[in-house]
Amino acid sequence: MSEEREGGAGQVKRFMIVNRKAPYGTIYALESLEVVLIGAAFDQDVSLVFLDDGVYQLKKGQRTQGIGQKNFSSTYRALADYDVEKLYVERESLEARGLTVDDLLVPVEVLGSAELGALMERQDVVLAF
Amino acid sequence: MAVLHTTNKSPLQTRDLESCLRLSRPGCGVLLIEDAVYGALAAGTTAATLTEAARQRRIYVLGPDLAARGFTAEQLIPGVEVVDYGGFVDLAVEYHHVQAWI
Repeated sequence: MSEEREGGAGQVKRFMIVNRKAPYGTIYALESLEVVLIGAAFDQDVSLVFLDDGVYQLKKGQRTQGIGQKNFSSTYRALADYDVEKLYVERESLEARGLTVDDLLVPVEVLGSAELGALMERQDVVLAF
Repeated sequence: MAVLHTTNKSPLQTRDLESCLRLSRPGCGVLLIEDAVYGALAAGTTAATLTEAARQRRIYVLGPDLAARGFTAEQLIPGVEVVDYGGFVDLAVEYHHVQAWI
């Protein structure tokens, strides 16, 4: 029991959370945020990717009073406080939906599919939502 | 016997809207709810399809679902009607029956 387990305390891995679903219609977007915050709490290297309908998670001006669900969009703005500052958006997904970075509620890095694919390959863990 | 069709999935994730529009008949109503509201955005990929469908159908969007996702009625394709929950109930009564595409 005395030997240190591989992957024990102190080891930092690169975690990439890939968001591909719109908010509210399913629970995925909210659950993804929970995982991001847990990763941050364990001082892991966490980055977030928004592609396909996932880009809608970052749309400005969400008002959820009418559907009786918690508006969790402000959480994305708070991520920097947890040292989660790597947010990537796929350019193709943004453009397909007629959106620009001005429509998004947080600063993000916009990457093309090829660059994003290369970035994904460099991760230790990729979690899909 | 006009039918009210409802669909609740993003048109970029499933083909529910496409099937709904293909099978729905002229004179019917199509109500987009939950993630399906993205399908009615003028800037979206399904704008042309829905505009064509709207020539012979009435297209509705559930307002609370649109607002939750950060969009307004002005961003929809022309001719789409925004309804609230009460309006949803009125439509369900007004049409012969409701057919859900889930």
